[in-house]
Amino acid sequence: MSGSNRLSKGGSRIDRTRPLRFRFDGRSFSGFAGDTLASALLANGVTLMGRSFKYHRPRGCLTAGSEEPNAIVEMRSGARREPNTRATIAELYDGLEATSQNRFPSLKFDIQSLNQLLSPFLTAGFYYKTFMWPASFWEPVYEKIIRRSAGLGRAATEPDPDTYEHANTHCDVLVVGAGPAGLAAALSAGRTGARVLLVEEQAAAGGMLSPDRDMIDGKRSADWVEQSQAELNALDNVTIMMRTTLFGYYDHNVLAALERVNDHVAEPPAHQPRQRLWTIRASEVVLACGSHERALTFDNNDKPGVMLSGAVRAFVERYGVTPGKRVVICTNNDDGYNTAEALINAGIEVALIADARTDLCIAAQSARETGIRVETGLLPQKALGGQNVSGLSLQRADGSFSEKVDCDCIAMSAGFSPDVHLVSQTGVAPVWRENVLGFVPDKPIRRERSAGAGQGTFDLAGCLAEGHAAGLDAVSSAGLKTGRAKAPPKAKAVEIAPPLAIWRCPGNGKAFVDFQNDVTARDIHLANQEGFSSVEHAKRYTTLGMATDQGKTSNVTGIALLATARGEPIPDVGTTRFRPPYSPVAIGAFAGHERGKEFQPVRRTAMHACGEKLGAVFVEAGQWLRPQYYPKSGEGVMEAIYRESKQVRETAGICDVSTLGKIEIFGDDSGEFLNRIYINGWKLLAPGKARYGLMLREDGYVFDDGTTSRLADDHYLMTTTTANAARVLAHMEHASQVLWPDLDVHFCSATEQWCGVAVAGPNARAILAKAFADAIDVSDEALPFMGVRTFEWSGTTARIFRISFSGELAFEVNVPWSAGEGMWNAIWEAGQDHGLIPYGTEALSVLRIEKGHVAGNELDGRTTAADMGLGKMMSTKKPFIGQKLAGREGMVAKDRAKLVGLKLTEDSGRLRGGAHLVIDKDNANAETSLGWVTSVCDSPAIGCWIGLAYLRGGLEEHDGKRLFAVNPIYDEAPAVEVVSPHFFDPQGERLKGPVR
Amino acid sequence: MHRIDCPWCGTRDEAEFQYQGDATVVRPDPDASEEAFFRYVYLRENPKGWHTEWWHHVGGCRQWVKVVRNTLTHEIFATGRAQEDLPLPGTRAKPRRRTRPKQ
Repeated sequence: MSGSNRLSKGGSRIDRTRPLRFRFDGRSFSGFAGDTLASALLANGVTLMGRSFKYHRPRGCLTAGSEEPNAIVEMRSGARREPNTRATIAELYDGLEATSQNRFPSLKFDIQSLNQLLSPFLTAGFYYKTFMWPASFWEPVYEKIIRRSAGLGRAATEPDPDTYEHANTHCDVLVVGAGPAGLAAALSAGRTGARVLLVEEQAAAGGMLSPDRDMIDGKRSADWVEQSQAELNALDNVTIMMRTTLFGYYDHNVLAALERVNDHVAEPPAHQPRQRLWTIRASEVVLACGSHERALTFDNNDKPGVMLSGAVRAFVERYGVTPGKRVVICTNNDDGYNTAEALINAGIEVALIADARTDLCIAAQSARETGIRVETGLLPQKALGGQNVSGLSLQRADGSFSEKVDCDCIAMSAGFSPDVHLVSQTGVAPVWRENVLGFVPDKPIRRERSAGAGQGTFDLAGCLAEGHAAGLDAVSSAGLKTGRAKAPPKAKAVEIAPPLAIWRCPGNGKAFVDFQNDVTARDIHLANQEGFSSVEHAKRYTTLGMATDQGKTSNVTGIALLATARGEPIPDVGTTRFRPPYSPVAIGAFAGHERGKEFQPVRRTAMHACGEKLGAVFVEAGQWLRPQYYPKSGEGVMEAIYRESKQVRETAGICDVSTLGKIEIFGDDSGEFLNRIYINGWKLLAPGKARYGLMLREDGYVFDDGTTSRLADDHYLMTTTTANAARVLAHMEHASQVLWPDLDVHFCSATEQWCGVAVAGPNARAILAKAFADAIDVSDEALPFMGVRTFEWSGTTARIFRISFSGELAFEVNVPWSAGEGMWNAIWEAGQDHGLIPYGTEALSVLRIEKGHVAGNELDGRTTAADMGLGKMMSTKKPFIGQKLAGREGMVAKDRAKLVGLKLTEDSGRLRGGAHLVIDKDNANAETSLGWVTSVCDSPAIGCWIGLAYLRGGLEEHDGKRLFAVNPIYDEAPAVEVVSPHFFDPQGERLKGPVR
Repeated sequence: MHRIDCPWCGTRDEAEFQYQGDATVVRPDPDASEEAFFRYVYLRENPKGWHTEWWHHVGGCRQWVKVVRNTLTHEIFATGRAQEDLPLPGTRAKPRRRTRPKQ
């Protein structure tokens, strides 16, 4: 079929003065502003819009809305290419480009439609049956074939050039859907002054209303919708969001919606997002989501030209497009007559209304009076034709042939399923209503109520009344006053005759239930036959309702057919639960701004610029950026690290240590608190002194370590490792708030408030003496080892700690964050005559490995204090967290892996972290492994590669022994000697430094 | 997304909190047996229905908040301060302050 199907008049949503050009599969067409891609294609006589998933059957659009299973296309191109877009909701814009999916080489001739010949093998569960053997074929052969043939379009391979926003909003009443019920609810709630948010998926309000034929309050419904929108827009307390799909209903009335801000234009204007993801916190919700029409299940019911009756009507009335020139309407309910009226009004020939019911309803009588041929007790049997419908053969209910009718469009209706997706997401199990022939929401769990077709009320007067009442109910449930409400909008009461349950029209051919996943009535029967009779099993076995449309048009029919196969009533079969999202949401919308550099914040220390100026290479430590090393020109990584660690021990080095966790502790019971948190004693620590502390988890394993200083009687400063700063704080908060609320102790994180440097090396004292000349005396007498002082410097408070991680004479100086750069510069300047160099985290690590100090690599959550050689620190004079369970049998076993030092005894090669220690390198496996290497470095002080390791039996068993550090990844097994982990200056003489 | 009524800050999003598990376990007295500590650290009920839990308000006041929550429906019945005893719904007994071991 070709040529123009645009009607000469009508089309409430299109603007005939604004023609638009667009392309589909390379061909140029034109449509009007307000068209969807589907309506514009239909207007141009294009009914073939896609190929089906499994059998590659030709398909046109089945619906006119977001429930569309067939007309799924790729939109745009290049980086903006977007697969699986529903042509029925894609708004036309000038220059739109779309291509069909899942076909080769072309939509008209798809080579894989030959799959239909194989269809006996492609029934339900065919993946499981056909591709079982041989197993080795699965990945290399079968999966590739399946992926290519069952394609769902191609995602763009380039980064998305558009931006996506996240936004939040609150409201008293959220109304979902701007059909008659939703508008009535928004009006009644909005007039009370409550904060109302009305969201509507489509670009226009009105839902299924017929713009001209439906009358509300004595006006054309189109006028009523316009006036209602105008009234709502005039209310400050009401917000209307169009083109916004509410896709998720989560706990505690938190809901998520996707606003398609610029999907209806070629490219978003500058500084505007493509889409916006809304998190909505609503006190009360009114669900006016409407219903989805169902397809009649007859042979070839998927042929292009076969559409849902409501969709045919929508194309005619909204877009001024007729899907056919001669239409047959097959229905089991009164709504088919609505479509007939719309078609007749538009001057389109209705060849026949085949009503499955035997009684002549009122609507049928009036249709007959206008001269339409209406037959009762008649069912469709098979759609005829090639790639488009050319006729329909009909049958009586008993299956006997009745007649053939020529037509180019079949409008079908098997009734309406209330849209219970959102309410099902809240956990409500929908209940079956026989007079609706559908599932309706049960008693709410969340603070919501339904109105209109969404709960099975299909007459306009009923929808308006329910919407009005629901809006008021929501307001009063939110605890607000409704005042005196205006009368609800009125429409003529219409008596609707009950629909007749028709789930399968008699026939032997392919009658589709789930169009998108190619599930036929026979597949459901087969699933039951093969034992997959539970609704959840049948769903997964047949893939019914598992496509991107979530089975909006198919689920109820599928359940009904399963019930028939099981010989049970529908309520006994039950429903599957719907889960978010209601319709597909692009990953970009979920990511929002959090991509690339904005994926997570970058934390820079106060002295970041100082490091940058000196050529630092930075490393990520959690979110922090820390100087890793400072290469000189032409210097490699390893050379730079070697030079820095050597130089610190010869002259002096400065290192940014701002990222260490810092926690300020106040209160009279601070000492007692520390006593319970740390394994060692704190009661005797005098003000002005620091001490190394180790804390365990309650299960007895080592948690964290650091130095804690007593700044005053009731004031301590704790430091933690960079990685554990947040965890330690939470641990302490638990202890003080939950375990010992009686202790007078208060604390807060000061990591970001105080920055710090370590100055280490023989010249450290001279440098600081010069930098802080008049501010603080750093002599050995005034500031002995482990001494702490607070002083005023350059108009700010500073803290100096004589502590050492490197094993050299060393100090750490802390100043408020804002003074960090000034402090670094002052020390840097003072150090110029004393050989001061900057050193990074790598050299820091070399220096501590040489001293046998543990760090993150050793604190892996599986080690005890004794494993680290710190068993003696555990006080026996006081209780502390982890004490009891640290004494368990396995925790104190002799053969535990304990900290040792390793020296590489070979002249070439290197040590690597992660290597396993074995006696016989040719017999290295999990059983013969004696332990593992945790940290390694090329040590300038020792003159060879050294490392720390956990070794079963520790030094006691292996001191001086020769082992092999096996690393299968690099295929290395260098020989090592087991030594004490305290490689360098084991007596700690250098800590005191030369006295000057 | 849960909405949790912090007794210090008011109703806040779940994203501000860190779930910290069972709030019904009580740390044994330091003199208690190893077995008692073992139970305290490792053994947990996994109730279907009402449960008292810790939600740490890390993105807010940093208080450990006690929450009576239904693990099935996610409904929250009550929230309170760390030292408050919160009754489960349907329990008639007047909330009793739990005595905590002094250390």
